[in-house]
Amino acid sequence: MKIKALTAIAAVLLSAPAFVAADEDAELIVNGEIEMVTKTAAAPHLEGALDEVLSGWLFRADETQSLQADDFDNPGMIFVDQGMDDWGTVDGSEGKSCASCHGDVEDSMAGIRAEYPKWNDTAGEVRTMAQMINECRVDRMGAEAHGYTSAKMARMEALISVQSRGMPVNVAIDGPAADMWAQGKEMFYSRTGQLELSCASCHEENYGNRIRSDHLSQGHINGFPVYRLKNAKLTTPHGRFKGCVRDTRAQTYSPGSDDFVALELYVASRGNGLSVEGVSVRN
Amino acid sequence: MASGVKPRVKAPKKAAAGEIVTIKTLISHKMESGQRKDGDGNPIPRSIINRFTCDFDGMNVIDVEMAPAISTNPYFQFDAMIPGAGDMVFTWYDDDGDVYSTTKSIAIG
Repeated sequence: MKIKALTAIAAVLLSAPAFVAADEDAELIVNGEIEMVTKTAAAPHLEGALDEVLSGWLFRADETQSLQADDFDNPGMIFVDQGMDDWGTVDGSEGKSCASCHGDVEDSMAGIRAEYPKWNDTAGEVRTMAQMINECRVDRMGAEAHGYTSAKMARMEALISVQSRGMPVNVAIDGPAADMWAQGKEMFYSRTGQLELSCASCHEENYGNRIRSDHLSQGHINGFPVYRLKNAKLTTPHGRFKGCVRDTRAQTYSPGSDDFVALELYVASRGNGLSVEGVSVRN
Repeated sequence: MASGVKPRVKAPKKAAAGEIVTIKTLISHKMESGQRKDGDGNPIPRSIINRFTCDFDGMNVIDVEMAPAISTNPYFQFDAMIPGAGDMVFTWYDDDGDVYSTTKSIAIG
């Protein structure tokens, strides 16, 4: 940790938040081969909001950062293994597993995580990865849908995310997805709850500053699903959103609701250009 | 057998004779402490891995006793001197009597 005279700096720079990551020049290379982009120029749609987008990894302590640099040390990989077991397990009335249609996960799912949430022509709506997984389970496998933020869903998302590690997040915000994106943007900047906080209050105006004993990140979701040290489990984007909205002391939206899908689309697009890190390790 | 238990070991395939190598081990296990209660107020029985050992060709390298405060998915990292080619045997002992074992062969070269 190289944090110097934080309080004083924060007071002076209240209007322009100082970036106070553990080590600004730290580089993330996973397994000595996958080079992650943790810092890059912001996408054009963020003009006036952010100049540079920073992965949440940069805001973590050295010890936490190093956990993500090696798959053996990354506790999230346990869940990827479990997801792999699920991938080949037949479930439901049709006698199919994921592998029956999609074959080898490394080939069929490469690049998927980088583009979701994504407009789906057949469904006529923006779909998240979790919704696609459940569509497969219900319509094609004849199995029960996973709970939206359940452990089984999280580990399947984890397995799929890992196949795109190192690829830049590239979520489309134009065309048919534009309306939902605008709705998500509106939500991001709307103050909510008894504390009257918007997503932007913390993750745009105050990233790098402390919230209690922790550093606020820019709130990108390129590292999701994320292994959280605090509960030794994977957390999905909607699970995290719910926690954040609750912390503003507002009534939260339901995971999987249109509102959260819109928010996920917008938040994901803010991280365009960063590498897909999932499964990442955070506090 | 507790569900979802899977031992994992990261050890080098090759080492020089007398070299000190780093061994990393992890076993997925829920490590239920025995001190929690379920929704009805009944205690949830303890279910942890209580012992972990590593032997190299019959020689003990490490022998660890674990207690209920050890967190889920226990991870051990240690250094070991490799005297010559041989098999490294890792063994975990579960409260329910199950024994999980895995072996890594290390060659000299």
